[in-house]
Amino acid sequence: MEERFPGIQVQIVNQGLVLKPGDLIRVAEFLKESEEFKLNYLSLITGVDYLEHLESVYHLYSIDLRTGPVVLKVRVPRDNARIPSLVSVFRGAEFQEREAYDMMGIVYEGHPDLRRIFMWEGFEGFPLRKDYIPEDDDVLEWEDVEWLERHNVKVPEDLKEHARRLKEAGKEARAQKPTEKEV
Amino acid sequence: MKTPNVSNIDQGLKSELGKKGIVITTLEQLYNWGRAGSIWPLQFGLACCAIEMIASACGRYDIARFGAELFRGSPRQADLMIVAGTVTKKMTPQIVRLYNQMAEPKYVITMGACSIAGGPFIDGYNVLKGIDRFIPVDVHLPGCPPRPEALLFGLTTLQKKIAGQEIEKNEWYRKGLKREYPIPEFGPKGLIPKFNPEIWRPETASHRRERYGDPILIGKKTAAPKFETFGDSQVKVGTS
Repeated sequence: MEERFPGIQVQIVNQGLVLKPGDLIRVAEFLKESEEFKLNYLSLITGVDYLEHLESVYHLYSIDLRTGPVVLKVRVPRDNARIPSLVSVFRGAEFQEREAYDMMGIVYEGHPDLRRIFMWEGFEGFPLRKDYIPEDDDVLEWEDVEWLERHNVKVPEDLKEHARRLKEAGKEARAQKPTEKEV
Repeated sequence: MKTPNVSNIDQGLKSELGKKGIVITTLEQLYNWGRAGSIWPLQFGLACCAIEMIASACGRYDIARFGAELFRGSPRQADLMIVAGTVTKKMTPQIVRLYNQMAEPKYVITMGACSIAGGPFIDGYNVLKGIDRFIPVDVHLPGCPPRPEALLFGLTTLQKKIAGQEIEKNEWYRKGLKREYPIPEFGPKGLIPKFNPEIWRPETASHRRERYGDPILIGKKTAAPKFETFGDSQVKVGTS
């Protein structure tokens, strides 16, 4: 590969190729069109959350030559996760990249329609990251109480008090770790 | 189950007359028999429990012999909603909307562990922990999935409940009864509201929450095993 793309930096990790984000499209096109590889089926794009960085993993198969999978990985830092989109090379990447964006927050530049696919529009947070803490489902917060009163639902006093105290403390109802207990 | 409207007719007289072809019954029993014997469910299979619901509607475990032969497609024509499958937070407003559109008298059976309390996916980020947070449920049917015979048992339980409803005290002929519940909206972190306190209150002491947290957050976060070092050129190809 180095002879084809001079200056490319590639690592081989457990039979996968780690690429820089800028080289991704070139390599994918080369692998798709070249006669010796002919990897024209993109079967999987996932995002992986290692604690220091995020990774986007691609699996390429060849239908004609029946080889595969060839694994490509692209690493990005957590706070600025931008990877060029593979939609121009493989059309099937569209929904998969939407899923990786929804779950991990990896932004694919050049994607025609990058929106959330599992969660609803307006959801904040990326659920499958390691530092995502879901909400606490059994506690009403102050906005819930206001919404319920607008819709003429009677809210019992103790739940209202709890919600008011939460709001004043400025805390949100998040899932709690278990209390320390001697088992 | 308690049936408050047991008739006071003498059983001996009843059987004697029955031999001659005369049936004596109360209006209530007749009314409830008609209602219980022809419950029409709404097609509402969400996930794997739907397969068991379909299986119970097919030939081997026939649900038609209990009266529920027609699964209606429209909520306006159905009087039973079998919530079969995992209820996600994204689907909840549609379920509540469909429940509001059903005509009285209406009943709900939650089939399977997922719609009762979240089921095996209770720690999921998009899973609603039980549809009874937003709509009132008549029969809970545990199982994962419950067998078709279990669904038939749940249906007969509901029929017994219907047979026990009194015709003078029923609610749907009173003026102004509208069992329509507010439809939750999508918030930035979850549904708004999280539950409807008129219908459902959370447990005060949850053994599961004390033991595991809510959801499971035990354990330390460890970094992935290092197969390579970063920044160097090719190191350590996988063992093959």
